[in-house]
Amino acid sequence: MKTIIKTKNLNLYYGENKAIDNCNLSIYENKVTAIIGPSGCGKSTLLRSINRMNDFIDIFNLEGEIIFNDIDIYKEKINSTELRKSIGMVFQKPNPFPKSIYENIIWGPKINGFKGDCDHLVEDSLKNAGLWNEVKDRLNESALSLSGGQQQRLCIARAIAMKPDVILMDEPCSALDPKSTVIIETLIKKLREKYTIIIVTHNMQQAARVSDYTAFLYEGELIEYNNTEKLFKNPKNSKTEDYITGRFG
Amino acid sequence: MINKQLDKRQKIDRIFKTAANIVTWSSLVILAILLYHVSITGINMLSFEFLDNFPSRFPHKAGIKSALHGSVWMLVLVTIISVPIGVSSAIYLEEYGKKNRLTKFIEINIANLAGVPSIVYGILGLTMFVRFMQFDRSVLAGSFTMSLLILPVIIISSREAIRAVPNNIRLGAYAVGATKFQTIRHHVLPIATPGILTGVILSMSRAIGETAPLIMIGALTYVAFVPESVMDPFTTLPIQIFNWASRPQAAFHEVAAAGIIILLIVLLFMNALAIFFRNYANKKYDFN
Repeated sequence: MKTIIKTKNLNLYYGENKAIDNCNLSIYENKVTAIIGPSGCGKSTLLRSINRMNDFIDIFNLEGEIIFNDIDIYKEKINSTELRKSIGMVFQKPNPFPKSIYENIIWGPKINGFKGDCDHLVEDSLKNAGLWNEVKDRLNESALSLSGGQQQRLCIARAIAMKPDVILMDEPCSALDPKSTVIIETLIKKLREKYTIIIVTHNMQQAARVSDYTAFLYEGELIEYNNTEKLFKNPKNSKTEDYITGRFG
Repeated sequence: MINKQLDKRQKIDRIFKTAANIVTWSSLVILAILLYHVSITGINMLSFEFLDNFPSRFPHKAGIKSALHGSVWMLVLVTIISVPIGVSSAIYLEEYGKKNRLTKFIEINIANLAGVPSIVYGILGLTMFVRFMQFDRSVLAGSFTMSLLILPVIIISSREAIRAVPNNIRLGAYAVGATKFQTIRHHVLPIATPGILTGVILSMSRAIGETAPLIMIGALTYVAFVPESVMDPFTTLPIQIFNWASRPQAAFHEVAAAGIIILLIVLLFMNALAIFFRNYANKKYDFN
């Protein structure tokens, strides 16, 4: 099993506030890793530091290292724009661009100098996101005309079109209805064949359903990290047990 | 014990509703009377000759050709000067500038500048553009002065339009490897454009109606030619109207009223354009 991302003694700060405390985590290639924990435990912060989305927050600060494919991504010479091509992201609330479905997919590759067959790339990405059959006849319609669940799959397709190695998902189903949630969860399980997926969720059942590995965060600390089945059946830490049995959180 | 006092509360509610009604309607009535008076006085003078004649000392021969041309010249120049500067400043302050003391200071001062009386801009224009830069009493000097006057408004409304762009659109763009410039160029600006245009048009209609700063910089009140370059002297609609209205002969008051009708038509047209852009934006970018 190959480790694709590794955090080393990672501390994340918002101003004086420590959001993540000394986190050492290894993410394995082509697996789905879930990060669970109660609200405000720092799971989104941790996720967003992996593709340097926290760079846009003025008071954000980082100590330690995040190693992606043997490179420290916070080294000076690393270009964060370049990095985000390899590490895509899907957000909590579907955020398609107010453009056509087609343009939503092709915009990312295009601004990054994609010179290949656009039609093919769009079709391929939409097929991989399980959206092709629903939208193939209206690729030129506004993405805002899609339903919430469809919009979220479009955002997944948009991430896939960049041919990333890793896809980060920040509570991708929390704004969706149960039916769309099932579709997206099925999609996530399928996507791990080609991509490494890290998903943040406050829904433990969802973590249990879709992930291979689960990390439990509590108040900025990585309490437990293990194979999902083991973590849910035999939690080693009492806090983990309390959380997954619903005693708090 | 809870004392509901329902009767009393509902009575206050009714009183407030009536008061609000009266206030709204009274201002509308005053406006209607004003419009009616102006139209009755000026309607006889309105004709194509009125638009095509230069001012004259005979009321029936007087026209607003030079004022109309002057206003259009100024409007075009003001647009060229103020829109690029205003929109770029707004982009800098919203997207690039870090939120520190300096930007806070700039922000507060822009808001203050928007409230400075227009005559003060006139004095500034007189010193800066007419005398120091030696533009003389030209359209250019007037346009620079007017641009200063409306820049704060353009910056403020553009910032609001840019701020109204949902942040997750920016994040979505960054997440597919876009640079800040690409994000602004392809997403933020297109979404903000209708809002920016609305602000620009509204401040333009302020510029076209302003008189004081132009009188201050010495725009002429009697111009019997149309400007042919940016360095030519000029007059504008409100100055011309002011000139006619202050003459003793009653016939000139009719001419003034006709001028007001033309100015109002121009203003209404510009405001309608602003409303059109706003509605267009609401329809196209409905993020629910």
